[in-house]
Amino acid sequence: MALLCAISCLNLSAFAIAGDMKDASSTSSKQNTIEIKDFAFSPQTITVKSGEKITWTNRDEEPHTVVSVEKQFKKSSALDTDQTFTITAGAPGTYTYFCSVHPKMTGTIVVVKS
Amino acid sequence: MSDYISHDHEHDGIDRRGFLQCMAWAGTGLLWTVSGGVLASKTLAQIAKAGELLPATDLSFLQISDSHIGFNKEANKDVTATFKIALDRINAMPSPPSFLIHTGDITQLSKPEEFDTFDEVLKSCRTKDVFYVPGEHDVLNDGGKLYRERYLKRVEAKGSGWYSFNKNGVHFIGLVNVLDLQAGGLGQLGDEQLEWLEADVKNLGTSTPIVVFAHIPLWTVYPEWGWGTSDSERALGYLKRFGSVTVLNGHIHQVLQKVEGNVTFHTAMSTAFPQPAPGTAPSPGPLKVPAEKLRSLLGLTSVQYKQGETALAVVDSDLS
Repeated sequence: MALLCAISCLNLSAFAIAGDMKDASSTSSKQNTIEIKDFAFSPQTITVKSGEKITWTNRDEEPHTVVSVEKQFKKSSALDTDQTFTITAGAPGTYTYFCSVHPKMTGTIVVVKS
Repeated sequence: MSDYISHDHEHDGIDRRGFLQCMAWAGTGLLWTVSGGVLASKTLAQIAKAGELLPATDLSFLQISDSHIGFNKEANKDVTATFKIALDRINAMPSPPSFLIHTGDITQLSKPEEFDTFDEVLKSCRTKDVFYVPGEHDVLNDGGKLYRERYLKRVEAKGSGWYSFNKNGVHFIGLVNVLDLQAGGLGQLGDEQLEWLEADVKNLGTSTPIVVFAHIPLWTVYPEWGWGTSDSERALGYLKRFGSVTVLNGHIHQVLQKVEGNVTFHTAMSTAFPQPAPGTAPSPGPLKVPAEKLRSLLGLTSVQYKQGETALAVVDSDLS
């Protein structure tokens, strides 16, 4: 059940940062993963190429969210244990985000040109 | 009664709250005549000294917190059962509390079915009057809309759901500090709520006992884990002049108490699962303990106000 749920979350929540949407199939298929564990995003800072996907997985027994500080990408819903959230990196730049449930949890995405 | 009214004339005139309270007193005629003489003789001295409108009388109520209905992980696979045990304890009290206060995290994931389960189980509680404030788990995806629709029916809530009410001369204030949280920050009340609070207590006499309840602690317990409220100092500033302030919080699933001047801060146990003491674990996630130990770390909090005593008595009892 957990696996099915994760897959459905992944499908529903894939979209692009900052409106600079790119067709994921035409770009690198590299997966950038961020674990949410012990109330922290790991790695806290991730550097990705424009067009690459970024996937968060919640490994805590506590729900967490992924919310752009500057509202540059759509926020995730509350992720329960083992649920995932995926976005596709858009325009180059630095994007900060946090967990709106536990705002001490912050992270940074650096998007560089592909 | 004329003593109160003449006293009132020396101050800013009777307000709506005071008027309604007087009417409530008038409505409880039996209580008034049986115990009124004693109450009046005791409170008139306080009234003269502190500008109090109304006497405070003995009162007991109960705080429950962090029921997390829907949580089913190792730390407690049946939080509904432990919540039921807590209600059984309330039902078994020789003198039932006047009402309950739930200090948030009713549910684990804000799901309608979790709220349904909570409401269904709560029906078994003999004490029917319950006042709520939301936890962050109750407002996860809709900014608290569902929570507000269900749990604020019997109060005149403002803004995102804050309110106040009076019981037996004690002024209760329910605050919301789990919404619109800022990156990197703690719990937050926000300007609109703080302005409301300032106005809400403005005309109260300094001897009015105040009880403030909110989910996240209104004192800085452990900021590294987000256990505090960024603008709580401002809120407490409006309450400094009062002789008795009791602050009741949840969120951290353990009892911690601090007394600062006339203010007593207290956090309650959860009915679902314990959390680690500040800084003793990599994160504040659910604390797994041996099954036989679990109920000794869950519990509820009984609060009693005795007329003539400044501080309210706050007593915790576990579910073992």
